[in-house]
Amino acid sequence: MTAFRAPPKHHEGPVEWVRVHLFDGVFNSILTLLVVALVAWAVPPLLGWAFFHAQWHGSTREACAAATGACWPYIGARIGQIVYGFYDFDQRWRADIVFAFGAVGLAWLMIPRLPRKGWVGTILLTLYPLVSFILLSGGWFGLPIVSTERWGGLLLTLVVAAVGIVASLPLGVILALGRRSQLPVVRALCIVFIEVWRGVPMITVLFIASSMLPLFLPEGLEFDKLLRALIAIALFNAAYMAEVVRAGLQALPRGQFEGAAALGLGYWRTTLFIVLPQALRTVLPGIVNNMISMFKDTSLVSIIGFFDLLGIIQAGSTDLEWASPNVAVTGYLFAGALYWAFCFSMSRYSAGLEAQLAEGERR
Amino acid sequence: MSEAAAPMTAPMIALENVSKWYGQFAVLKDINLTVRPGEKIVVCGPSGSGKSTMVRCINRLESHDDGRIVVNGTELTRDVRNIDTVRREVGMVFQQFNLFPHLTILGNCTLAPIWVRKMPKKQAEEIAMEYLTQMRIADQAHKHPMQLSGGQQQRAAIARALCMHPKVMLFDEPTSALDPEMIGEVLEVMVDLAKEGMTMICVTHEMGFAREVADRVVFMDAGEIIEEADPHTFFTAPQHDRCRLFLSQILGH
Repeated sequence: MTAFRAPPKHHEGPVEWVRVHLFDGVFNSILTLLVVALVAWAVPPLLGWAFFHAQWHGSTREACAAATGACWPYIGARIGQIVYGFYDFDQRWRADIVFAFGAVGLAWLMIPRLPRKGWVGTILLTLYPLVSFILLSGGWFGLPIVSTERWGGLLLTLVVAAVGIVASLPLGVILALGRRSQLPVVRALCIVFIEVWRGVPMITVLFIASSMLPLFLPEGLEFDKLLRALIAIALFNAAYMAEVVRAGLQALPRGQFEGAAALGLGYWRTTLFIVLPQALRTVLPGIVNNMISMFKDTSLVSIIGFFDLLGIIQAGSTDLEWASPNVAVTGYLFAGALYWAFCFSMSRYSAGLEAQLAEGERR
Repeated sequence: MSEAAAPMTAPMIALENVSKWYGQFAVLKDINLTVRPGEKIVVCGPSGSGKSTMVRCINRLESHDDGRIVVNGTELTRDVRNIDTVRREVGMVFQQFNLFPHLTILGNCTLAPIWVRKMPKKQAEEIAMEYLTQMRIADQAHKHPMQLSGGQQQRAAIARALCMHPKVMLFDEPTSALDPEMIGEVLEVMVDLAKEGMTMICVTHEMGFAREVADRVVFMDAGEIIEEADPHTFFTAPQHDRCRLFLSQILGH
C-alpha cells in the first residue's frame, strides 16, 4: 500500500461539540435555550420536593404533617405490604425464596459470560414456576396454605407479569403461525380468536374472568380468581403478541421458505430452524414493547379486588393512619419509580440482546 | 445426436405433457423432457419463457396442473410424502442463493443432513467441510452468509445442496445476481461438478458454460420447448427463427 495523504483535520473539543450539536443555526439555538429553560423550571422543584424538603425520619403520620416534601417514612413503614401485600407475615420467607431464585436465574441469563444458558432457561421455565407455585400457595410439604387473595404488592405484580409474559409469547407464536396456515379452519379459528381478544378492553376481560365466568361454570366447579385472571391476561396478550410475530413472519423473504423446501425440510423443521429464529429476531423490539406494556397493565388487576403494587400503595395512602396529600404523591412516585426500573431493565436487556444477535451478520 | 442413439436407461427425470397456468395464462404448454442419469441439460430462453417455472416444478416449488413429472421413479403429486422423497434427492441452487442468514455457512450445510437425513452432527460437519473445500471456501465455514461475497455465497449454496448427496442438481440462473467478476468462480465449480458426472439441469444464459458441459441445450419461448439439440448443433445451426433471434441477441454484442 502506498501512503496516501492524511484525512482532512476535524475540529474537536468541547466548544466545537457544543457549537455543532447545540447551536447549529438560529432555530436549533432557540430550541436549545427553550429546553434548558424547561429543565431549569421543572427539575429543581421536583428534586426539592422529592429529596431536599422531604421528610426522612419518623414513624407516624405526624412526622409528615408539617413536611412540604415527600413523606418517605410512609414507604418505610409500609414496605412489607408494598412488597408482599397481605401475605402472612411469618410466611414471607417463602416469597423471598421465590424472589431470590428468580433474580439469580434472570441475572444468569443476562450476564453474557456465564455458561449453560439453555439449562438455566429451561429450569426457569419449568421447575421454577412449579416450585414457586408450591411455595407461594402452600398446602404441600406441611406449608400452610396462603390464599391468593392475600397475595399482593410487588409479589403479585411480578407473578401476574411473569405469567403473562411467559405464556403469551408461545401462545402468540402459535396463533401467528395459525393465522398464516394453509388450513382454512385453523386460519379462521386463529383470526377469530385474535380479533375477539383484541377488540375487547382489558378491563372488560378482567371483569368477565372475575365475576361472569363463575356464573357459567357448573355448581361446585370453582377455580381460583387469580388463576382466572392470569389465564385471561395470558390469552389477551397472546392476541397482541400474535400480530407482532405475524409481522416478523411476513417480513421473511420467500426465498427462505423455498431454500428450506428445496432441502426437504418439512413445515415444522422449517418453522423451527429457519422461520422463527429470523422472524422473532426481526420483531424483538415489538415483542419487548408488548412485554413492557403488559408489565404495566398488571396494575389493572386492582379493579377486580387484588392489591398489586399500585393497588396496595393506593390503599395505603388513603389509610387514616397516614392519609395526607404528600403521602399519596410519595406513594405514587415510589410505585412509578419501581415500574420504571423494571421496564427500563427489560428495555436495556432487549437492546443488548439485539446487538448481540446482530453481531456477525451485519450486511 | 438423437435421443434414440442414447443407451436405454431409466430416466432420472421425465416430464410428460406438463402444463401449468397462472389463471388463464399458460406458463407451461405440453412440456416433454427426459433427462437420463449423468446428463447435463442447459435451459435457455427469453425472460418469461417459463424456464424457471419448469425447473421449479421438478422439485415441486411450483405445482403443475396437467401432465406427469416423474423424478427418480417417484411421481410428483399432491402427496406430501412423494414431494419430500423427491426433494431429498434433488438439490437446488437459486439466483438469490437463499442461504439462511442466521446460521453460519457450516450450519447452512449441516442443517438438512442432520434433520432430514438423520446424520450424526460430526459426520455431517465432515461432509460439509469436504464440499466446502471442493467449492474452495473451506476457510469461510464459520462465517455468516452476509460476510461473504456474492460468488462465495453462491458456492456455499451449491455446497449446501451437495451435502444432501442429491442425485440431480437444479440450477435456476445461478450467476444472474452476481457481479461480473464473480461469475467465473461459480461457473468453474459447476464445470467441475458436471465433470464428476452429476446429473444437472441448469437455467442459464452463460453460453460458454453450455458449450463446455451441456449434453443438450433446451430453448424455451412462451411456455414451450422450441428447440432441443446438442450444443454444437444448437449454436451453429439453430432450426427456429425465435431461437436464432435469441442467440443473436445474447451472443451478438
